[in-house]
This record gives sequence, C-alpha cells and structure tokens, in this order.
Amino acid sequence: MFTYTLRRLLFAIPTLLIISFVIFALLDLAPNDPTGDLPLTIPPEVREQIRASLGLDQPFFFRYLYWLQQFFINEPLNILERMTGWQFGDGNRMRVLSWATRSPVVDLIVQRLPQTLWVVGLAYVFGVLIAVPIGVISAYKQYSIFDQIGTFVSMVGYSVPTFFTGVLLVVIFSSYLQWFPSVYDTNLVVTDFSSFVQQIKQMALPVAVLSLFNASQITRFVRASMLDNLHQDYVRTARAKGVKEKSVLLIHVLRNSLIPVVTVIALGVPTIFSGAIITEQIFRVNGLGQLLIIAVQGADIPLVQTLTFIFAVLIVLFNLIADVLYGILDPRIRYD
Amino acid sequence: MKNLKLLLAGTVAALAFAGSAAYAARGTDGDLKILFWQAVSTMNPYLSGGTKEVYASSMVIEPLARYDEKGELVPTLVTEIPTVENGGVAKDLMSMTWKIKPGVKWSDGTPFTADDVIFTWKYCIAPDGGCAQAAQYEGVKSVEAPDPQTVKITFTEPKPYPYSAFVGAQSPVIQKKQFENCVGAKAPGCTSANFGPIGTGPFVVKEFKPNDVITLTANTNYRDAAKPAFATVTLKGGGDAASAARAVLETGEYDYAWNMQVEPEILAKMVAAGKGKLETAFGTQVERINLNHYNADPSLGAKRSTKEAGPHPSLSDPAVRRALSLAIDRDIIVEAGYGAAGKATCNIVPAPAAVASTKNDSWCLKQDLAAANKLLDDAGWKKGPDGIRAKNGVKLSYLYATSTNSVRQATQELVKDMWSQIGVGAELRNASASVFFGGDPASPDTFQKFYADVEMYTNNFDGTDPEKYLAEWLCDKVPGPANGWQGQNIPRYCNPAYDKLVGELSKTAELDKRATLAKQLNDMLTEEGAHIPLVHRGSVSSHSLKLAGVKMNAWDSELWNVADWSRAK
Repeated sequence: MFTYTLRRLLFAIPTLLIISFVIFALLDLAPNDPTGDLPLTIPPEVREQIRASLGLDQPFFFRYLYWLQQFFINEPLNILERMTGWQFGDGNRMRVLSWATRSPVVDLIVQRLPQTLWVVGLAYVFGVLIAVPIGVISAYKQYSIFDQIGTFVSMVGYSVPTFFTGVLLVVIFSSYLQWFPSVYDTNLVVTDFSSFVQQIKQMALPVAVLSLFNASQITRFVRASMLDNLHQDYVRTARAKGVKEKSVLLIHVLRNSLIPVVTVIALGVPTIFSGAIITEQIFRVNGLGQLLIIAVQGADIPLVQTLTFIFAVLIVLFNLIADVLYGILDPRIRYD
Repeated sequence: MKNLKLLLAGTVAALAFAGSAAYAARGTDGDLKILFWQAVSTMNPYLSGGTKEVYASSMVIEPLARYDEKGELVPTLVTEIPTVENGGVAKDLMSMTWKIKPGVKWSDGTPFTADDVIFTWKYCIAPDGGCAQAAQYEGVKSVEAPDPQTVKITFTEPKPYPYSAFVGAQSPVIQKKQFENCVGAKAPGCTSANFGPIGTGPFVVKEFKPNDVITLTANTNYRDAAKPAFATVTLKGGGDAASAARAVLETGEYDYAWNMQVEPEILAKMVAAGKGKLETAFGTQVERINLNHYNADPSLGAKRSTKEAGPHPSLSDPAVRRALSLAIDRDIIVEAGYGAAGKATCNIVPAPAAVASTKNDSWCLKQDLAAANKLLDDAGWKKGPDGIRAKNGVKLSYLYATSTNSVRQATQELVKDMWSQIGVGAELRNASASVFFGGDPASPDTFQKFYADVEMYTNNFDGTDPEKYLAEWLCDKVPGPANGWQGQNIPRYCNPAYDKLVGELSKTAELDKRATLAKQLNDMLTEEGAHIPLVHRGSVSSHSLKLAGVKMNAWDSELWNVADWSRAK
C-alpha cells in the first residue's frame, strides 16, 4: 500500500507539470486582455504601457518559466519564512502578483479560504448527513411514499440550478420575509452570542442552497448502492440466520454500500475549495469561486493560473485518497 | 443588530450635539453602507483605470479641483480655479498656476504641499510604471513649486483647455512620503500603500479586502471639522446589478448602490417597494453604431477594414448611411433597454449643454421609413426577391457586431427589424466585452479591427471639454496594421475639412468660439454618417431614502461629495 501511494505521488509530479503548462497555454491563447475592462477614455498607447508593465510584452515560454519559479520556489520559501521566522537570501523575491489588484495571489487565496470553507464546506457536510439516511430509507422502502417524495425532491434539487434556487430564497427570505440578510458580511467576526447568531443567519441561505444540491446528488448514489446490495445473497443468508433486520440493514448492507459512496464523496471534496461560483456570487460570499470568476472576467492570468493549478493539485490528491480509501474499506482490493 | 446599535449610538451622539451645532458633527451618523456590484480591486487609480477603483478611491484621495454635478469646476484643495482672467493661466496658454489652500493636511497629520503634487506627476509619468491615467498628464512639460503653496504647470504647447492634470477623480494627488519608494517598476510591489493610500479626503482606509469589501473611517484631519457626518463606510463588492438594486430598494440592507444596469421594468417594481430611489445623471456617454468606411469583406483576409481593402461597397454611399439612420426609432430602443437612463440623441457630443448641438434633431431624431426607402430607391438600390436591396451585385446586408450584454443584444434585434423594413439585412454577432474592447492585435473580434460592416458600443470623454475626443476622427487616427491597430478613428472616417476644423479648435481659447467649433465638428460627423448616434446614456445609481445629500454626478466620481452625505432625519 505504501509503495503504491509513493509511486502514485511520484507519478503526480509530471502530471501536474503538464497540467500547469496546458493551463498556461490555454490562458495565453484565449483572446482576453487585462485592459479590456478599462474605460475607453484610456487611450491605446497607455494600454500598451499597462500591458508592458504587467510583463505581457515578454515571450510566452519565458513567462511560463517565470511563473514556475515564482510558484514553486518563491512562494513556498515565503510561506516557510513566515512560519519559521528564518530568512532565506534577501527575502526580496518576486511573488505571483495578481494583475487586477497588484497584490500577491497567495494572500488573496488565504483571505478567501475561510468563507469558502465555512459556507461550501459546511454545505457539503450537511449534504452528506442528509443524503445518507434518506438514501438508506429510500432504498429499503423502495417505491414507498417516502421513496417517491425523496426521489422527487432529489430530482428537483439536482436539476434546478443554484442560480434559480438562490435567487428564489433571497426573494422569499430576504426581500419578502426579511429573516435573513441577502449579502454575506465577510468582515463579521464571531466574538459573542449575537455575532454568532448573525453568522448563522448570513450562512443559512447559501448553505441551504448548496446543501440541497449536494444532498440530491449523494442521495442517488446511496440509494442505488443500497439497492444493489439488498438483493445480494449474503443479505438473504443473514436474514435466514435470523439476524435482526436492523443489523442486516445497518451493519451488513450499509457498510458494503458505503464503499462506492465514500469514493464519490472523496472525489467531491476538491469542489469545496473551488468554491461555488454561482452561489457565492448571488449571496456575495466572495470566496474562492467569486475570486476565480472575477479573475476570468478581468483576464487576470496569474490569478486564474494559480487558482486552477491549485484545484488541479487537489483533484489529483483526492483521486489518490479515494483510491487508498477504497483499499482500506474493502479488504478484497489490494494494490501491491 | 449591529446596525441598530450603531444607529442608536449615532442618534444619541447627534442628540448630545444638537444643542451646540446647527448641523451634524463629524462621525455622528454611524455606518454608511455602499454596494458596488463590480468589486474594487485596488485603491490606487493610477494602477487601475477602472471606474470602480476611481470612484472608491475618490473618498480617500482628492484632486486639486473637481467637477460638480453640473459639470462646473470647483476647487477642492486650492483657493480658486485658475483662468486667464484671474491670471492663473498664462496669456500664451503655456502654463497655469494653482494656489493650495492653507492648512490642508494629509490624514496622517502632515501638511499637504506642492511637493506632493509634483511627486504625483512624476509617479504617473515614470517609465515602466504602466500608469493608467497617463493621458491626464499629456502635454505637461514640467510641474514646479515656486513655494510650498504654489504649483506651476508648464505645457509643451499652448493648451486652450488646461484642466486635466490634477483635475477630476482620475488624477488625484498622492502623498510623496508614502509612495516615494514605489515609483516605476516598483509601483505594483507596494501593496499596503496601493490598498491604503494616505489622502486628504473625508475617509481613511481601515481595512481593504481586494475584490471584496473596504472598511473606511472618518478622517480626523479632514479640512472641514464638521464633516463627514458618517463615522465609517463599508463598501461591499460583488454580485450582480439586479441583486445590488434589490439590497437597496427592496431589503434596505444598503444605503447606496452604484451602476444599476437593470431592465427598466424590473427597477420600477423595486422602487415601488418604497425604500429607496434612483438617481440618474447624464454625462457624455453615447451608444452609437459605427459604419465601416472601408471594405470588411471576409474574402479580403487580413486586408479587410484597412485602406488597402478600398472603400466599403455600399456604406461608402452617403444615401445608404443616411437611410440606415432614418430607419431607426431611437425612442423604442430607449424605452426597451434604457428607461430613465437613456435619451434619444443624434449627437456624438451630447453634453454639456454649451457644446450640445440641436442642428440635426429635426431630421434625425424621428424615425422616417418612407424617407429612408425613397433615398435608397433614388440611389438605385432595388429590392431583390429576398426583400434585400441590391445594386450591381452588391447587397445591403451587413455584419453587425457588438459586445455581449443583454441590452445590446436586444437593441441589435430591434435595429435589425427596423432595417429589414427598408430592405436592409443584418447578421448579428457579439463578442465578450473583454475581447471586444481588449485590443489584442491577434484577435479578429476587437472593435478596433472592426471586421464587420457596422458595430455598436458606447464611448465618452472625461471632463467637459470635447477637443481631444473630437480629434479621434482625424484621418491619421485610423487603426490599421501599420500602427498596431492603435487608432481611435474606429469608423475609418476621413475628411480633410474635418481635420482642418479640429486644428482650428486646438488653437482657439475663447469658450464661445470653442463651443461653436465643437458643435460644427459634431454635426459634420452626424451629417456625413461617420456613425449613427443612438442613445445618450446616463448613469443610474440607487440610494436609500434614509440617506441624504446625494448629488449624482456624471462628470466626476459619483462619490465626489460623500463628505456631505448624512443620515436623513
């Protein structure tokens, strides 16, 4: 298992390098321009100077190598310096700077991470917690009223886009009932009970929207996987032996059914970090998703490049984790 | 809850002060909540020319003089506006002198001097700095300080209209002490200075979260001891225009929201909730359709839309250009897409009133299909079996390009329908705004390349003087491969008589004569069909009824008088 993991990790290095190159090339080929959003009153020669000051007048390959150096050498050294207080060299390294804000990309990401993890992460946890029991009951009582309603709700949750449910909730709960705020306050610090309530209130709507979406997806997996197992021979054997129905369901069937579900959940974790672009935009959560979409719109290439690359790293990593988990959960699977 | 507390605190404080002062004292009105649906990236407008950055920073850093809501210059950090009459502008128009108000202080308590003004100029013209506002300092030869309270600007050639450097929200003065080590290529590295410039304005940056939220507090060293009325400002960014409008007009969570680009009927419904109102101000923005004077046939390849391609086979006919304008019902376009934020216009210079012509309103403002059809009939363009007019094998069928935007796409549909009524066909196309306006010479979809027969977008000019703007239609400003597609004469209009008149304007100093010349130039462009002006666009913002003092301004930052804003009692 260990050598397998090590082999996979080593193999990830060339994969990620290729991914980073493809992302960079794609962004470079895209007909986008960082001065495109500026007012037309700014004349072309000034735009040319702005582009030159961003380094856009350099050849493509040079810019790519420069980014590699900034991302893989300068930024890790910087983080190390900050964590340990040691000093490497003169400490005056060029960091990956966003073009729109002219500030270090890593600082932007660190600033955005808390709200994304809280809102999107919590929605994922809620989604899983809701999905598993519903999926189990739906499968056990297949075609019952509970199953029908569950299927209906998850189909609706899965097929109705978040930009619709989000706005719908804002109109009902913010505009009409005025129970929850429609704008997320990223400056809010939880210090006492009232600010805690405030935080719960502002998280309620975006978390609800995303939980519905996540739960709908995962419920379907749980239900399908449970149904597969319920008709297996070992279930009949267990029942014939006189094992209690509760134990049959929760110990024999559920444990076996969770193997594919755990994989699906693990593979979904990177999407937490990539944020929920649309939902973040609707509620102005201003997390990583919103950061990415603004960067894409404004042709802020260093920011898009760094963000998408970090997502790529997470996806590769969680693929590996899913594979390893599979081996741990199912003793029949061995990689060595 | 937090708001309520602040509000209560504000009210208590206001009551305490009520006896002593006739009007509110500084910082007694609590928190001002502003919403910009396009989030602010930096507080240094010299590093980002975006409107949102210019507006946000205008609360902190100020120019020497700014435009008020009527488009008139008002002194900010100086005693008066220099003119030839008061001796502030030299008779030969080669220099001007600003006198700084005594006692003005930076928010850190140090005095504001002419040195800071000189530094600001040097900061922006430094090579490798990529200063976004470099155009504001064009034609400035030197900036000097005869004494700490006096700034003398010398120009490279006579400037009949000298108010550009240090005037308006685009060229505010920054502090020398803070930015001294941030000149040129070092500018982007000074993150803390760029995010929290020290200024002379009513507010000071407390915390800046790029592309998210800015927290500001009242400047304790602001020159008016009674202002600003608000203790803090929270400027939140992100989301979209419709939900920003909702947060002010329906839920009342915010006091002010900028740039309400929302369908008129949706806005009307939100206003009906009774929590806020809309403010519109008309500047110089005009949505226009440019007519390509060169051939844009795709079969010409790289040569299309350049001089080598030759004149456009049908748009070079003045009758066609006039007919295309006559066929358009501008009122319907305004009603459908702009509402209170638009007015039908036939001018490319629609304001200020002194330079806005009315000469062509009689024939151009009203749709006249009969006259348009007759013009085309007389010119020999005959309708074919498909309903499209043609002459000698040349069809009146156009590729109509614009940027991606729901209002623009709706306008395209309307215009296509109107043109079909005079036998003119149109194929509609749109490109993402960052591509269309991006100016990438490698992209075929930019508005400069104009690989289309007609294209639609909005442009405007800064300030109130149109000279530089009208010079964009000079023959030598035609974009092409020779100048890397860097010209502003997008329709490729070329008329030596026009060039001559622009030359005259650049030598004229008397305001009346300048206005007459500007009107003549504007009329020439409309009459000869360089373009079809469609809509004079206003800027619309919304504010809560609980906010007083908003004076919507299209000539400067919308937040230009934020120091005077207060909580409505």
